Amino acid sequence: MEALIIEGTAKTPNVSFNGDTGKLEIKGRSIPENSIEFYKPLVDWLEEYAHAPKDKTVVDVHLEYFNTSSSKCILDVFKKLEAIHKNKYEILIIWHYEEDDEDMLEAGEDYESIIRVPFKMIEIVD
Amino acid sequence: MSFNITEYYKELSKGDILLAFKGSITSDLINEVLEAVENKLEEGNEEGKTRKKIYNVLVESLQNLYHHIEETHDGIEEDLDPKFGILVIARNPSGEYLITTGNFVVSTKTKFLKEKVEKINSLSKEELKDMYKFILNHQRISAKGGGGLGLVDIARKTGKKMECHFFPYNDKYTFFDLQILI
Repeated sequence: MEALIIEGTAKTPNVSFNGDTGKLEIKGRSIPENSIEFYKPLVDWLEEYAHAPKDKTVVDVHLEYFNTSSSKCILDVFKKLEAIHKNKYEILIIWHYEEDDEDMLEAGEDYESIIRVPFKMIEIVD
Repeated sequence: MSFNITEYYKELSKGDILLAFKGSITSDLINEVLEAVENKLEEGNEEGKTRKKIYNVLVESLQNLYHHIEETHDGIEEDLDPKFGILVIARNPSGEYLITTGNFVVSTKTKFLKEKVEKINSLSKEELKDMYKFILNHQRISAKGGGGLGLVDIARKTGKKMECHFFPYNDKYTFFDLQILI
């Protein structure tokens, strides 16, 4: 299927979803006023991908900032991944957070406790 | 005497001010404010962790304003911009940051706002975390915004109590301000 590539802006992250390799990445800032609009293509893409996912999908989430409006949409993205995982496909969400950014680590742990998918927390050291 | 927005703003803008604004809270304005504050904090050599907290809290408080502000203010005598709000970021002598946002709300909403802030203030760190996760997982996002997560997120990130004040303006409106210490 066609990859989903979205160029980042000051308020929205870079998105790169590659269905051929199973490598998915969200990177940057996610602080739009209207997150539903931004995240809809991601959720739609995952719905399509769920029909024929790779045996292993690795999702790199590397957010510098995200607002609470995005937090629900990110959960929607993770719920799509959870559905794929339920169908016995391997999924790994790698949650990157910058050194000392305890708030971002905690945010990752919040998701980890809600979503039944393996998470890996990685601290980025400069 | 009724509430005077000009006097109020003047009083608030005294001291060590990082940024003060009154006028239309638009998406572009939010961009400008965030950029300006980010630059100032970087110049000021503020610790990365603190910078992030301020930025995060600022995003939430500005977007809260943006989503909930009244489009027009029928019955307010003064010449107000549409989507009128105020924002002041000040530094106090002990190096803490105080973010104040303010807007006119229909007076019937004040009880709800007051109770909401009081409720959040009364919760412990763990309770705030549980509340955040519950809202995140159970409430649908509204077209307006985060569906009530903003204040909970602010309280979690700052670890401090918020303050709010209500200044009756006329028989329809009350000026509401929210003060967040970081």
